[in-house]
Amino acid sequence: MSELHNDETDSLVATEIDMRAADWLQRRQFWNWSEEDQTTLDTWLAQSPAHEVAYWRLEAAWNETHRLAALHRPEREAAPRVRSRQRIVSVGAVVVAVIIMAGIGTRSYLTRPQVQNYTTALGERRTIALNEGSRIELNTNSVLRVLADADGRKVWLDKGEAYFEIAHDTRRSFVVIAGDKRITDLGTKFLVRRDTDHLSVALMEGRAKLDVLDDATKTLILRPGDVVNAKAHGLALARKSEGELKDELGWRHGVLIFKGTTLGEAVDEFNRYNNSKILVADAATARISIGGTFQSNNVTIFADAVHDLLGLHVENRGGVIVISR
Amino acid sequence: MAEKPEDHQQGAKRASAIVAGSALKDWFVREVLPLESALMQYLQNSCRDKTEIADLRQEVYVRVYEAAREQIPRPARPFVFTVARNLLINRVRRERIVTMESVVDLDALDVAIDMPGPDRSAIARDELRRLQLAIERLPARCREAVTLGRIEGLSGQEIARRMGISEAAVSKHLAIGMNALANILYGERSEKKP
Repeated sequence: MSELHNDETDSLVATEIDMRAADWLQRRQFWNWSEEDQTTLDTWLAQSPAHEVAYWRLEAAWNETHRLAALHRPEREAAPRVRSRQRIVSVGAVVVAVIIMAGIGTRSYLTRPQVQNYTTALGERRTIALNEGSRIELNTNSVLRVLADADGRKVWLDKGEAYFEIAHDTRRSFVVIAGDKRITDLGTKFLVRRDTDHLSVALMEGRAKLDVLDDATKTLILRPGDVVNAKAHGLALARKSEGELKDELGWRHGVLIFKGTTLGEAVDEFNRYNNSKILVADAATARISIGGTFQSNNVTIFADAVHDLLGLHVENRGGVIVISR
Repeated sequence: MAEKPEDHQQGAKRASAIVAGSALKDWFVREVLPLESALMQYLQNSCRDKTEIADLRQEVYVRVYEAAREQIPRPARPFVFTVARNLLINRVRRERIVTMESVVDLDALDVAIDMPGPDRSAIARDELRRLQLAIERLPARCREAVTLGRIEGLSGQEIARRMGISEAAVSKHLAIGMNALANILYGERSEKKP
């Protein structure tokens, strides 16, 4: 442990007892923990007040990080692969998975044109691997249909949000249809989100074409950083930095990243993922700007943070969490 | 760590515990740990060796703990600093680690230590910023392990698999990370006292 003392980083200063205590704590938090382990830990703690105090201190700090929840955004994975993304799925997701497997099970899936339906429940997300190396990540509460045949691949986003990483194939186009908008991939990574009255398309990499099905005059070629917001009255093109776009993809890691987001927007986001809903009591409170990274499925941590960090009143009223001044 | 038997002005001689363990722990976490940043400054003013300071802090905590086991001192703040001061004075006498001037200065520091702090939510926001900084300052692999464990909720085995490193290495990264987080959360402060 002595090498730690030589580290130039101040924050690594620790006594040997601190290091022992931290080792116990991480073992207890992250690895299989038996009765026997607990007994050994208890014995160690009872050996000296220094042990006990060191352990309390580290445990309290660690708990604190959980309560505050808002840590650094997750590391970008060096090589994101489908396998590494497979996460624990809810019971509901298992049912969906069975339906999907029933459809995909045969290898004839590409040759026999057939529409596959993919759905995610509230708070769920899933990855759809297409045969030729493309993949789609479906966010919470979404509905997506895929039709793949020899000529091309066509996807309908009926509801919700999906992130596409498309292996470009000059012979077979890849088209996403969301309402009356069509996105044609030209080798690319992009995000499409469809709410009731609003569609947003963000391009991370490559190029894509967006057009309106009944209106040939409205065609946009998207470049990385382009964000198109479509409402009933038309299209608006905006630019976002790489960092901002990464933040928008936090959900792929199960987190929501807020930066200068209003409390109202943050709450809307949480409500997209969870059955237990949050409500902001008044418009002035909803305008408060917040920042941080939160687990999308943990409303409690968010509510605690709102209470502790913003000093707002948080109350559970018949299953709805109400935030007020 | 070696226990120093002298200087038990609070009469903490490992007496049978009167205060229940859980109450003691609650008090310690709630009242003593938040004083750590001030305590560390106090100690840093008297001692330049960083590793020495971590030991001193630990010793202060042990003494506070032993005294509190008999009776929880209220308020905590003056008590903790009295313990720290006595400890420093003893070290000066015994080992000449601390200069006399710095010990004399402790009286002046006491005034600042008793100043009321900023309101709770400001402290919490400050903690949040410090936490973010803390994570960013961790060595890269250590940060990755902590983030995967804390935010993505992965187990040790899963972290090892995801990072492509041994389980022993994951344990080490996590332990270092936990220590660094505690130091930054409790031991450092971003704003200076008056």
